[in-house]
Amino acid sequence: MDFDLTADQKLFRATTREFLDKEMPLTRVRELADLGIGFEADWWKRGSELGWNSMIVGPDWGGDSISGEGLVDTCIVAEEMGRLVSPGPLLGANVVAATLGEAANAADHADVIAALMADEAVASWAVYEPARGWSPLTPAVRATADGSGYVLSGVKDRVDCGDQADYFLVTAAGPDGLAQFVVPAAAPGVTVTAEQSLDLVRRYARVDLDGVRLPATSFVSPAETAEAAVNRQIQIAVALQCAETAGAVSRVFEFTVQWAFDRYSFGRPLASYQALKHRFADMKLWLEAGAATASAAAHAAAQRCAEADELASVAKSYVGQRATDIIQDCVQMHGGIGVTWEHDIHLYLRRATVNRTMFGTPSEHRRRLADILGV
Amino acid sequence: MTEHVTATGADVADVESFRLQARAWLAENMPRLVPGESDSLEAMMMRGDDIWPRARELQRMLYDGGFAGICFPREYGGLGLTPAHQHAFNEECTGYEMPLVLNTPTFSICGATVLDMASEEQKRQHLPAVIRGEEIMVQFLSEPRGGSDLAGVTTRATRDGDVFILNGSKIWSSGAYAADWALCLARTDWEAPKHRGMTMFLLKVHQPGIDIKRIKQVNGNNEFCQEFFDDVVVPASDVVGEVNGGWAVASRQLFHERNAVGGGSPYVSGAIGTPRRGPGTHTLIDMIRATGQSDDVYVRELAAEAHAIVRVQQQLISRVTDGMRTQQLPPPAAAIMRLYAGQASTRLAEIGVEILGSHAAASDDGQGVGYGQAFLMRQAGSLGGGSTEMSRNIISERVLGMPREFAADRDVPFSQVRQGR
Repeated sequence: MDFDLTADQKLFRATTREFLDKEMPLTRVRELADLGIGFEADWWKRGSELGWNSMIVGPDWGGDSISGEGLVDTCIVAEEMGRLVSPGPLLGANVVAATLGEAANAADHADVIAALMADEAVASWAVYEPARGWSPLTPAVRATADGSGYVLSGVKDRVDCGDQADYFLVTAAGPDGLAQFVVPAAAPGVTVTAEQSLDLVRRYARVDLDGVRLPATSFVSPAETAEAAVNRQIQIAVALQCAETAGAVSRVFEFTVQWAFDRYSFGRPLASYQALKHRFADMKLWLEAGAATASAAAHAAAQRCAEADELASVAKSYVGQRATDIIQDCVQMHGGIGVTWEHDIHLYLRRATVNRTMFGTPSEHRRRLADILGV
Repeated sequence: MTEHVTATGADVADVESFRLQARAWLAENMPRLVPGESDSLEAMMMRGDDIWPRARELQRMLYDGGFAGICFPREYGGLGLTPAHQHAFNEECTGYEMPLVLNTPTFSICGATVLDMASEEQKRQHLPAVIRGEEIMVQFLSEPRGGSDLAGVTTRATRDGDVFILNGSKIWSSGAYAADWALCLARTDWEAPKHRGMTMFLLKVHQPGIDIKRIKQVNGNNEFCQEFFDDVVVPASDVVGEVNGGWAVASRQLFHERNAVGGGSPYVSGAIGTPRRGPGTHTLIDMIRATGQSDDVYVRELAAEAHAIVRVQQQLISRVTDGMRTQQLPPPAAAIMRLYAGQASTRLAEIGVEILGSHAAASDDGQGVGYGQAFLMRQAGSLGGGSTEMSRNIISERVLGMPREFAADRDVPFSQVRQGR
């Protein structure tokens, strides 16, 4: 994260790191994977009591940031989670809570916001659809008017923590164009099916919406602001995702540098070979550049800068690619042990790969960036 | 034109009020660039030798207006303000003709090194003159015998009473023909190990015994020079730092060089491109339109990648600068910025020819061929200011703490070190 964190941010980081080290070490992550559990609700609730889900939401809803930039503070959590490839719905909870809190009809969503803030409910951002790339602004799920309410039909997939979520924020093509709805997982017509996931504890699901009847109050933003709302969600999601990836990469780099000092070949440490030193130098460069652009995207989104959309896509296109470049190079530095189940590096490679591909690949974000720049 | 803006006014410490003063003053006083005219240094360098006297004039205008030497201390003719002030000024001067050619090495490397390492008398002699645009400085470091092994210099300085007599040759000194003074590293003790036998001199460039030849580069630029020293007389009072202590000065100079080449120097003054469209991207987008490729997804992605490269560079510079300022990164971390600059210029040159295609090989107005020329010069970005290989050594050894490379000349009297032919 930033080099100039405030004293309060440093304290918060230390508290979060201590909690995760103690409660969710890599050995525990592996156990959850073996048990087929994404995250434990009790663990999530205790962690969230540190403030994980209440920093982006505005003070009107009881939110309280540490530094005045709640997203940047939440990125500290994401980065620490990346260092230990933690499970949990951090991204979904914060994207959904922020969206509902900022919605014109926020009062209609007071119960959901309160439940998310109290860590009594889990929410997920449902934006992908089967057999399609990253196209959050052109959903195929349809919402039709039904009396004073709506009926939703269609399918979402690659829904983060889908089989553990209580609410989905669903993008749909509504009567007046792009629209978003809060859909309770328990609503009739909602079927959630777990998907196979590359990450061991970050699990995804398919969500079938079969004539799901929703009250008018489930509607989130009017058509004229829906696109801006989704772009805002992208800013938050990308900032959290890039912060998590930055944390994962920095941890991998640390233990790989240490390995290079400890491992000897031909009577000298790996770290003494210029061919390898130069690769470490490149990795260090990409690591710092990735941290820089991830941080810039988070600050721009937190401050609602005009450039926040642009910087989100700059960050994702860079971090998504370079993070996996670094970890794959670190696998190479480890030799054969690097491609074994036993070594932890694959946990990080899984997370970085998932983060690279999810919510827009580097290539998809370059195309978005070209649109933003008016190429 | 020479009316003093209140650069010493009470509220000048506030960056935004400084920005507004600069904006108003620039609009009143500095010549605007012709629309469409590139404000890059590369483009200016192609316009010929006139840029040097013009740069002196422009610098004098900045000085008279109270906007010269923004980060240099007041006692040496600067404004004593912060990098944030300099950054604000740089944002404001987009579209104006600026003396960019003085940035590197005069201000960002030589001026910065004189400020850190020279005697009080030397600072008072040179820095105010530099800031007024009256003195242009150049580095006499590299030698024909090799570029990366700087501490192996063989230019000889022999003491003779109150003076030293210089013999040897220096190379890759940019703009030396137009410069006034040089920081020149020479060997003064041949029996000491290499790092302990050098001395740094402030050397008057145009004087008897110095012959300057210009070197033509692949793109036609002939700013680089080689100098030949034949019994050049240098007063002992022009030694910077200690006799045989030249490496300490050179090390500081290299730090400033990496900072400057990497883009992190606070002494660089001039347009940094509009924030919306990075300097490299702006013309690229125009070229994409001109060549009818706006709908090509691959080309669009390349243009976005070029933009991201420039954006991330700015973000990295800011991060590494913060890291060094807060001592969470050591000073050699400036090499990270330098390495990024090398990789970035490589990739941008690639993207240029990829997008321009055969227009880079032949074009009526020469615009496309400009990208071809830039591609031919691609590696210069990974060579000038210290090669990227040296940057990688510095990052791995002095940032990550990995073992140093074996050196056959370590702790050996320099006279016994084997030299190539």
